[in-house]
Amino acid sequence: MAAEREPPPLGEARQPELEELEDGEDLFTSTVSTLESSPLSPEPASLPTEDISINSNGPKPAEIILDDDREDLFAEATEEVSLDSPEREPILSPDPSPAITPVTPTTLVTPRMESKSITAPVIFDRSREEIEEEANGDVFDIEINVSDPEKVGDGMNAYMAYRVTTKTSLSMFHKNEFSVKRRFSDFLGLHSKLATKYLHVGYIVPPAPEKSIVGMTKVKVGKEDSSSTEFVEKRRAALERYLQRTVKHPTLLQDPDLRQFLESSELPRAVNTQALSGAGILRMVNKAADAVNKMTIKMNESDAWFEEKQQQFENLDQQLRKLHASVEALVCHRKELSANTAAFAKSAAMLGNSEDHTALSRALSQLAEVEEKIDQLHQEQAFADFYVFSELLGDYIRLIAAVKGVLDHRMKCWQKWQDAQVTLQKKREAEAKLQLANKPDKLQQAKDEIKEWETKVQQGERDFEQISKTIRKEVGRFEKERVKDFKTVIIKYLESLVQTQQQLIKYWEAFLPEAKAIA
Amino acid sequence: MEEPMEMPPGEESKVSLGPPSPRRGRGPAFPTQEGQYPAVPHGALGRASPCTPPSSLPQPCSVSEELVTDPSLQVEISDAVSERDKVKFTVQTKSSLPHFTRPALSVVRQHEDFVWLHDTFSENDEYAGIIIPPAPSRPDFEASREKLQRLGEGNSTLTREEFAKMKQELEGEYLAIFKKTVAMHEVFLQRLAAHPVLRRDHNFYVFLEYDQDLSVRGKNRKELLGGFFRNIVKSADEALITGVSGLKEVDEFFEHERTFLLEYNTRVRDTCLKADRVMRAHKSLAEDYIPISVALSSLGTQEVCRLQMSFLKLAELFERLRKLEDRVASDEDLKLSDLFKYYMRDSQAAKDLLYRRLRALADYENANKALDRARMRNKEVKPAEAHQQLCCQRFEQLSASAKQELTDFKSRRISAFRKNLIELAELELKHAKASSLLLRNTLIVLKGDA
Repeated sequence: MAAEREPPPLGEARQPELEELEDGEDLFTSTVSTLESSPLSPEPASLPTEDISINSNGPKPAEIILDDDREDLFAEATEEVSLDSPEREPILSPDPSPAITPVTPTTLVTPRMESKSITAPVIFDRSREEIEEEANGDVFDIEINVSDPEKVGDGMNAYMAYRVTTKTSLSMFHKNEFSVKRRFSDFLGLHSKLATKYLHVGYIVPPAPEKSIVGMTKVKVGKEDSSSTEFVEKRRAALERYLQRTVKHPTLLQDPDLRQFLESSELPRAVNTQALSGAGILRMVNKAADAVNKMTIKMNESDAWFEEKQQQFENLDQQLRKLHASVEALVCHRKELSANTAAFAKSAAMLGNSEDHTALSRALSQLAEVEEKIDQLHQEQAFADFYVFSELLGDYIRLIAAVKGVLDHRMKCWQKWQDAQVTLQKKREAEAKLQLANKPDKLQQAKDEIKEWETKVQQGERDFEQISKTIRKEVGRFEKERVKDFKTVIIKYLESLVQTQQQLIKYWEAFLPEAKAIA
Repeated sequence: MEEPMEMPPGEESKVSLGPPSPRRGRGPAFPTQEGQYPAVPHGALGRASPCTPPSSLPQPCSVSEELVTDPSLQVEISDAVSERDKVKFTVQTKSSLPHFTRPALSVVRQHEDFVWLHDTFSENDEYAGIIIPPAPSRPDFEASREKLQRLGEGNSTLTREEFAKMKQELEGEYLAIFKKTVAMHEVFLQRLAAHPVLRRDHNFYVFLEYDQDLSVRGKNRKELLGGFFRNIVKSADEALITGVSGLKEVDEFFEHERTFLLEYNTRVRDTCLKADRVMRAHKSLAEDYIPISVALSSLGTQEVCRLQMSFLKLAELFERLRKLEDRVASDEDLKLSDLFKYYMRDSQAAKDLLYRRLRALADYENANKALDRARMRNKEVKPAEAHQQLCCQRFEQLSASAKQELTDFKSRRISAFRKNLIELAELELKHAKASSLLLRNTLIVLKGDA
């Protein structure tokens, strides 16, 4: 069990963090929210220590890491994890961890941690899981708003700055309410950092809103028309949703980069997010390489759960795309209807003016007024169609891409493990040959290499199991969120439709007597 | 002056029927192009038909208020058949008038026959003082047919479900256009039958009674061009008359009517166009609900989690909302677009009347001048006097008749607008209430499930 806690082969970006880790700070701190659920904790005694460590992390934002390694041990466990799954056992918590203890993205594990890890294999039973779920219900007491888009600068160097306001009672933050100014590339930078840290170990990192060169250029050159205000509003709303999703994720919430993003007044500019920067080009190359690799990896899927999920997400992706396209058409047509209604209203007004019978003339003017109001209604409805329904679908299409990405990482991890095994085999064969050839000096080297690769194989296996575990949890959490999200949005959208109809009723009821008054 | 407009009511078909009349007999058989159009008996429209919501029997919802049930002459179109590019109308007449050989007649006529009849009226000088009921427009199924064809050509992006629904919708559209054209033709005849002077026209009798094909050839090029030029000359003439020759309109009533009609005609033309666009936008909105509903339904069937019910319910909701939106669109079409269209034509006919009167006035003025000249030269005074008398009489007759016609036109217009606006408001209310109820019920179910 303890072995499972060893750090995987170090990834590139992790280096600096590793060192800081070795300060030996207590990595197993739980979120403040779990304190609220402490009555459920099996070992409340340990909580105070965690509490302190949280606070101690607070005032030192510069020391990034600390919170990086939370082990999301209980979390919203996936229902699909069968009680017999071998991967289940290690999931457990070190000592405390009532509801959530963030997961260690492994690199940072020190030997000290290892001993702490998984002392008691906790049985993962349903009731426990449900209790934890309940506890997680109102866990995240943090509210993010993105507002006040403001144009800064002029010409092609101009950009929009958004105010990010956080209201929270979580003690990991310095204050309860604070706000900062951020620009779009800051958001992209945040996402980039989070993705680098968490994606390849199986966390579903919410994707940032997409860039739009056309949209932004219009804003930059100062076109003050409705399409650029619409664009800015669309982006603002998307950024808000992005942050809200990110902070909902228990592991990501602990991330110091996220905290820095929300809190600190100055943020180093993220230049790597520019499409044509060196990093951007590297990203594109990597993406292409990934695509090729994906085609060549034939994984021996031993776990039906993953196969099922892969298929399920494929289907979901397709269906959502179709629905999204249809809803976009709806938005477009509703806008058209609104414009046509406005034109009709004007025309009816003119007709009313030219009508020489007074009562009829008045009725026609009233009709024109009604139609004008209806035009407004249509506009508002189109607005709701878009921001409530269409954008949700768009968000989920991107989120599912992230899920698929994570599943791909698992495949790559598996591949790595397999490759290591193959190499080990080769080394063993080489050693055997050397033994026969009797070359003692080379033999020693061969033996060393074998040892090295044996370790690598073990590491590979551990990594694979770790990522599989993490993904199971993540997918479970994701599905729960998805259900909640969709339900909320659907209800909100229907309510907007009801609202429209109620207004229509009002308008026509007011008009009817006018029509009847024509004599 | 009736134009029975049929409106597809809600599923709870409780439409106020007009005076019960055993109207619709057999029905139109749609052109069986690739067997796509069902043969929907016209009469069956009174009951539930498989592809369209049950529609009412024709209602005297009209461009004019009452259906004059004058037993001395009753005309109706009892049946219509749509063949490749023409529509054949069965015109039935019941009359007690002595001119007809039998009390009940039935003939088959085509659109061209109606146009011919209209032209004989408008070219007849005797009827110069009457607003000639506008001829019905040509049956135009082109757009609808094209759409159905395109659909049939196998658009691969549509699922079977979507295809079926779109087909249903397009068939409904085709049916609606068909019904409208029948109504238009019928109203034309009924207005003629109701008019005390026009109903006695010989050509009208021929039209109603002659049981052979009228063989009205379409206007040949010369005639068409002639008609075209005549229109140009007319407007030029009118301008000329009122402008240069200094022809003063002495009668305030006519002066007012003239200014009014000119403007009104232009405005109503524009409003008709705009109303049409609104209606079409509504239709495409309704059509959008189809793929949404289908996508939601596949999402629902594939979901494994608790969203399944929500998606399926939502799919059902959109399907029903679509039908309601569709009905809103068709009601707008019938109550607004068609109303404006009719009055655009009718006001044009009224304008034509005014023009004819002005021409008569010009003739009268010219005759006066000629008489003066003749008197001055003392040559051919008698014929000049006679001519002047004639012109004077004609002008006065025309004016008297025109006054009556224009007054009738006004009251017709007012009551038609009143009726249609009231009905429009009532229908919009009905649909909005139905949609609201539907949405609220769905919300209750969805919230309860959460």
